[in-house]
Amino acid sequence: MIRTEELLLNVGPQHPSTHGVFRIVVKLDGEVITEATPVMGYLHRGTEKLAENLNFTQIIPYTDRMDYVSAMTNNYVLCHAVEKMMGLEIPERAEFMRLIVMEMQRVASHLVWWGTYLLDIGAISPFLYAFSDRERILGMFNELCGARLTYNYMRVGGVKWDAPEGWIEKVKTFVKDMHYRLDEYHNLVSGNEIFLSRIKGIGKYDAKTAIDYGLSGANLRCTGVQWDLRKAEPYSLYDRFEFDVPVGKNGDCFDRYELRMEEIVQSLRILEQALEQFPGDGETMGKVPRVIRPPAGEIYVRIESPRGEIGCHIVSKGKAEPYRLKFRRPSFVNLQILPKLLVGESMTNLVTILGGIDIVLGEVDC
Amino acid sequence: MELDLANVSPEDRKEVERNVFFGTVDQLKGWARSNSLWPLTFGLACCAIEMMAAGGAHYDLDRFGVIFRTSPRQADVMIVSGTVTKKMGPLLKRLYDQMPEPKWVIAMGSCATAGGPYVKSYSVIKGVDQIVPVDVYIPGCPPNPAALIYGINKLQEKIRYEAKTGKQVTGR
Amino acid sequence: MSEENNREQGDAPVPDPKSEPVAEPQAELPAVEQPQAETPIANIPAAEQQQAEQPVAETPPPARRVETDEEKAARRKASLEAREAAKAAAAQAAGLAAQAGTEGRAVAKASGDSDGEGGGEEAPPREPSPNQPRLDRVAAILRELVSEDAVEEAYINEPNDHLPTLVVKNEFWLKSAELFRNHEELSCSYLRNVSGVDYETHMEVVYYPLNMDTRHCYCLKVRTSRDQPTVSSVTPIWETANWNEREIYDLLGIDFPGHPDLRRIMMPDDWVGHPLRKDYVPLDPEV
Repeated sequence: MIRTEELLLNVGPQHPSTHGVFRIVVKLDGEVITEATPVMGYLHRGTEKLAENLNFTQIIPYTDRMDYVSAMTNNYVLCHAVEKMMGLEIPERAEFMRLIVMEMQRVASHLVWWGTYLLDIGAISPFLYAFSDRERILGMFNELCGARLTYNYMRVGGVKWDAPEGWIEKVKTFVKDMHYRLDEYHNLVSGNEIFLSRIKGIGKYDAKTAIDYGLSGANLRCTGVQWDLRKAEPYSLYDRFEFDVPVGKNGDCFDRYELRMEEIVQSLRILEQALEQFPGDGETMGKVPRVIRPPAGEIYVRIESPRGEIGCHIVSKGKAEPYRLKFRRPSFVNLQILPKLLVGESMTNLVTILGGIDIVLGEVDC
Repeated sequence: MELDLANVSPEDRKEVERNVFFGTVDQLKGWARSNSLWPLTFGLACCAIEMMAAGGAHYDLDRFGVIFRTSPRQADVMIVSGTVTKKMGPLLKRLYDQMPEPKWVIAMGSCATAGGPYVKSYSVIKGVDQIVPVDVYIPGCPPNPAALIYGINKLQEKIRYEAKTGKQVTGR
Repeated sequence: MSEENNREQGDAPVPDPKSEPVAEPQAELPAVEQPQAETPIANIPAAEQQQAEQPVAETPPPARRVETDEEKAARRKASLEAREAAKAAAAQAAGLAAQAGTEGRAVAKASGDSDGEGGGEEAPPREPSPNQPRLDRVAAILRELVSEDAVEEAYINEPNDHLPTLVVKNEFWLKSAELFRNHEELSCSYLRNVSGVDYETHMEVVYYPLNMDTRHCYCLKVRTSRDQPTVSSVTPIWETANWNEREIYDLLGIDFPGHPDLRRIMMPDDWVGHPLRKDYVPLDPEV
């Protein structure tokens, strides 16, 4: 008889899968995972504690660094929370700028996800394609606000910089080109036999589990639940634009993949409409008091980031600093389903499932 | 064929000067090591995305001989990109110890240099040089991929300089 | 003490509850500047009606500098009175609305289409919130099915899209949470967010369940003491709460009995202390 033993393997904080410092301790029986325990906190930087001593404009750069792949949405959730508490009016042009950069950011974030997901699965060319397109978006952001990754662009009451000359035209050109590029991507990857057999049927869960675990974003929609915060609880100017929310059927990795690719198409659609309706002139900053002091009270706002529902819970005591600032991070909540999905899976599918959830460690650890 | 070293014609002399180099073995080692730096994929936070972008097609790192290796046993240089927290510190040291000599460390970004924007946080190590000896610091939050390439070039210069001036590259 | 008597009489036209808090800033005035104490205080009943104009319009610039203390006190008093009047009016209006409650269960948020029951006259009448009936219904359900004193407070959080907010008593929390999940009128199957807050006198855990079909969101708060804080875990009810509660335990030290696996999640396992507490002192700040 062959003597078998259970192996405790540490998929350590440093590993080739490009998701950052995340550790999973798996118990293996041969190649089959019997139990998986995620360990996180390797990137816990104490943003929430730091925020208690900073005023709101000073917290905005910290929000960039939380979900660093989609920093504009983080900026927005904080600014939106404070503006709602104070009841501020945002000028139209500023709101349009915010929406445009958020949708561009969504495209960029999904590109990063696509490139790194396929890199994890084993394909190297899509990574290069995705990052090359992302460079175009980042170049435009660089022109707009001076930074490629951590923008610090939005302020309470509006945005900091106005679109420079010719920027809108560049975005329009980019949106047109991106459609062609997406076709190229699909040609390259989506029909590939190996890819499909690695992804289809992996990491399945149903709608009830998804709702119970509080998943959001593509992770929830892949099970068939029609829940996108841009439609369900509209914020900013999303109710003016026509776009669909793709919904999956099976709840497996392939559905999540398809959903995110389709979300890029829908984002491009929103961008086209927004760029057409862009107001020719206007203020970029509303009437904001010099010291931003929200009245005492509490608020919880949530928006749809590329990863899911990002929320900001502020408890304010009427001072310029928040008394308690808590971010509801989608990656943190989405990751809870990982141990459940991994039980019974082969070790080779671990990276596929982890990548399909689309986490960013800066967000998981905050 | 005769070899007459005393009377070498000027054209031949020029050819010789162009094609034959004199140096020490240390310089040769320095040249080889600097032009094929293999970093360990040690992306921690936002700087890691910029590192990945530097490795992408737009700012190509492969033209400098830089190939990202995933195992510390096969890596020369550890690019610490991102915030090092107190939970991660011991693991970083362990990875550094696992790398074979000669090895270098690049601290990329302000978090790795000195704590960065999180310098007042309770769980952040304020600068990775408290744990491992750092050769090149790259400031920025995050540094542009071009800045990272500049930092890698500086490291290459440092390696060649140390090789040329006789200072030992290994052993610290 | 004739000045004080004068001042008390000067206070008579002002409604009663305000005389006490206002008496304090005035108590210092006789010590500061006695002879000129009469004129600005006599102006206060007039200042009630025309608040901003009197102090600015009547005094010439050089004399104004001399009278700044009294003016400041007068202005403070006037604005305090205005605030108190608005609060009284709002309390009246809310009381009326709670009794009336005739609006349907519309989900329309902040549309302001409710016919204002308009209580007070001086301050603009506060319209009853469109979610007030929903709040009342939830409070009634909890009182009926869990316990009479399960709900400590129930109010509407106006800036936050009129979110019904309830403070549930700690002992009845688990039952109330189950009710929120299973009761067919509530059936909040999605728990959006769990946060812990450290007020210096007590600690609080805030939950935001959501009903995805009707898009009704609630805010539930559970208070607990600062030393030995415990809140029943709702992980058996909503699995989302699992890691959220671990994070709150790690950073704030609130214990969650009933949690399947309560251990530190963000900090290393051997960390001492709970960092997000207001009185946290790090052991090694210089590293």
